[in-house]
Amino acid sequence: MSTKLPKVPVVIVGMGWAGGIIASELTKAGLKVVGLERGKARSTQDYSMGHDELRFQHRTELMQDLSKETITSRNNSKTRALPMRHYGTFIVGDGIGGAGSHWNGQTYRFLPYDFEIKTLTEKRYGKNKIKKGYTVQDWGMTYDELEPYYDTFEKMAGISGETVELYGKRSNPYPTGPMLKTPIMEEFEKATKKLGYKPYILPSGNLSENYTNPDGISRSACQYCAYCENFGCEYGAKADPVVTVIPVAKQTGNLDLRTHSNVTKIVNDGQKATGVIYVNTLTGEEFEQPAEVVVIASYVFNNVRLLLNSNLGKPYDPQTGAGAVGKNYAYQISAGGSTLFFDNKEFNLYGGAGALGIEIAEFTGDNFDHTNENFIHGAGIRTTQYGDRPIAVNRVPNGTASWGSEFKKQSIKYANSTFPVKIQGASLPHQQNYLDLDPTYKDAYGMPLLRMTYDYTEQDKEMVKYMSKVTRNIAENIGPDHIETSEEQAPFNVNKDTNTHNTGGVIMGADPQTSAVNSYLQMWDAENVFVAGASAFPHNSCFNPTGTLGALSYRAAEGIIRYMKDGGSLV
Amino acid sequence: MSENENQKVDHHLKSRRTFLKNSGLTVGGIVLGGAVANLLGVNTGGSSEHVHTSPQEPVSYPNEALMFFTMDQYRLTAAAAERIFPKDELGPGAIELNVAIYIDHQLASPWGANVKDYMQGPFYSPDQLQGTQLRLLRKDLFLLGLEGLDKYSNKKFKKNFIELEVNEQDEVLTDFESGEKYKLSGISSSHFFSMLRTLTIEGAYADPLYGGNKEMKGWKMRKYPGSYMSYTNDIQSNSFVEKKPQSLNSHMGH
Ligand SMILES: Cc1cc2nc3c(=O)[nH]c(=O)nc-3n(C[C@H](O)[C@H](O)[C@H](O)COP(=O)(O)OP(=O)(O)OC[C@H]3O[C@@H](n4cnc5c(N)ncnc54)[C@H](O)[C@@H]3O)c2cc1C
Ligand code: SF4
Repeated sequence: MSTKLPKVPVVIVGMGWAGGIIASELTKAGLKVVGLERGKARSTQDYSMGHDELRFQHRTELMQDLSKETITSRNNSKTRALPMRHYGTFIVGDGIGGAGSHWNGQTYRFLPYDFEIKTLTEKRYGKNKIKKGYTVQDWGMTYDELEPYYDTFEKMAGISGETVELYGKRSNPYPTGPMLKTPIMEEFEKATKKLGYKPYILPSGNLSENYTNPDGISRSACQYCAYCENFGCEYGAKADPVVTVIPVAKQTGNLDLRTHSNVTKIVNDGQKATGVIYVNTLTGEEFEQPAEVVVIASYVFNNVRLLLNSNLGKPYDPQTGAGAVGKNYAYQISAGGSTLFFDNKEFNLYGGAGALGIEIAEFTGDNFDHTNENFIHGAGIRTTQYGDRPIAVNRVPNGTASWGSEFKKQSIKYANSTFPVKIQGASLPHQQNYLDLDPTYKDAYGMPLLRMTYDYTEQDKEMVKYMSKVTRNIAENIGPDHIETSEEQAPFNVNKDTNTHNTGGVIMGADPQTSAVNSYLQMWDAENVFVAGASAFPHNSCFNPTGTLGALSYRAAEGIIRYMKDGGSLV
Repeated sequence: MSENENQKVDHHLKSRRTFLKNSGLTVGGIVLGGAVANLLGVNTGGSSEHVHTSPQEPVSYPNEALMFFTMDQYRLTAAAAERIFPKDELGPGAIELNVAIYIDHQLASPWGANVKDYMQGPFYSPDQLQGTQLRLLRKDLFLLGLEGLDKYSNKKFKKNFIELEVNEQDEVLTDFESGEKYKLSGISSSHFFSMLRTLTIEGAYADPLYGGNKEMKGWKMRKYPGSYMSYTNDIQSNSFVEKKPQSLNSHMGH
């Protein structure tokens, strides 16, 4: 039996970037908000022993506790999905700040092309360019409409970077200048310039300089300490909800933040939600929190799972293509990179930052001609310097034994002498890649787990082949002693393919038949439910997702404030 | 350490080697490091001599002790880990780095009991791409693997693993890695092998706080500085800036 609590104006499920941004905007506007977060409270104090590779990276201290819940996965709908029992890929955030505490901070905008991908692709290449089975669709809003919200997000987070000609127009330059350029970044710069490209420094949520944001939050500059990806930042230099939006929301006095509160269901009558059910993860007590507006910001996986477990929205059917909840799950393409080995050069690779790197824009989106290619969209080609940690990074030339004296010699020889030219490729949706509920496996609270049916597509394989030639060419122009290029996209492997950019499942659009939420992330089927996060992306671009989900969250907050006044559909 | 001291240590190592050889206490042909000798109650005299000749205070390692393994399991683990990460001209191997101490401590930790893993059934056998589906806990799998190493060594060479020549040990480990030659209670030996390999690398390079990477010697070999608060001043340097390693202990504020 659950204890029914007094009704509140707004309840938000999940306190990562999406939930944190919405909480701060609503509370600043004077709305009372209850924030429910399944994990624990966090502060920079938590990271005084933060430079611990084993604890944070390999024992995934900050991530979701898989004994409580995980996903199940399979490569196609003919096989039985099995649970991801320990971390391989998909390291999922947990606790106040969510994955925003241990992310890298690479903060991009998507391209104007992304938002109108179907229209623009067909316009340039004809109706048949998007092949059968690929459920590519427009986003229901344009880049120009989202631009002001990108600007707000970047100012709040203090993003460091430089304007890139080939990308969408900016109303303002980045609030802080680009990060430092290291010798390996200079190598990439020289080679790509020689090839006629225009390299730029990655847009970074690791502050390049001390910065005070419009909310009055001051943070200090990044120290290139190299314990960034998978780690929290003890300086608060990395943009993290815990040092930006959450304290702002708290300061208003309007945020009632409840940790260890795992939401299991959205209470609803099929038209509207009346609140949520949650369990105190420490005591097992169950509560019902009634609210006028329910915001689901529990990351892609649980956004989909909560809707499905609550019978809210129309589940996607991969056979007919009808229904939108679970549709257009997309990922990110990372094969096709080249690794450069130097026999007599050592770089200071022990230093770095999560968003330190350099990139070219020429192969992103539709910035190159696809007439003769069997794929659309593209990839960012880049060299990054996150800091090579010794357990994780032991790059040895192919053919080297994986243990024993040869492995030891080679891994030590190259410990400071390799770096990558890699790709981050767009991931387009396919009818057969989707999310639904697992028929067998349950979480610690008895609710079905999310089931993922996913594999790389022909489009992905074609893109990888193409991009591998680009990375190879750049690598050759840098001129190391030895280069290794991954030329093919292998099948998806839940153990290996570590990437944290999951998108889709509760996608936005202009048409209630083919999307689940409108461009304010308001559900078509329940006007007082907003579903925020990268779950709203109809496809994934060739960039990290958080800049875009941050911008969308600001827009959703604006929508919720309007909805609280006027009600009804916002579009 | 001065050259003189080096010779001294060498000398002691030699006499210890003789002692150990005579008493059969070598591990895979490699003389056991101080930790093992001490635990075996072997007084090689090395450490007390060392105190006399060293100007520094003697360092004690209270966590060079076992919380999970028996002494036999510990010795076997040390020997197997040494083959994964052997001592060579570049520097110490797994034994000297206390990798087996690290492994012991990890298996005794919540991680050894899969506390943060999804452990609900049913356990079906996965296809190649779906990740391991083992009901068995890590600590039990590891013990099963150790037992298997000896059984398989006896089957193949009529000796326990630690009594084999190093090339024979490598053969056994290679067979375990392939997973095709030997099963551990129906489970592929490759699961054990991959855990042994991963734990060995971790034990060589994790912060010394966890019991391995003794005196940060794993880091020193690869010029890894460990934990510094800032590299802003070094990161743009065109030449390699070698830094004296620091562990998390240096963040304790003393
Ligand atoms: C190692 C790593 C590196 C990354 N690097 C980058 C990068 O460089 N650039 C980039 O753009 N993106 C990056 N990402 C992705 C980025 O972190 C996410 O896109 C972003 O943080 C997602 O924000 P979110 O608010 O949607 O979800 P989350 O941050 O995951 O927050 C969701 C919150 O909801 C809580 N929650 C979930 N279910 C429930 C429930 N049932 N009840 C209550 N609470 C619940 C979770 O505990 C969590 O705190 C990275 C991710 C990782 C893991
Ligand atoms: S690299 Fe910079 S932003 Fe990242 S954790 Fe270190 S100081 Fe913070």
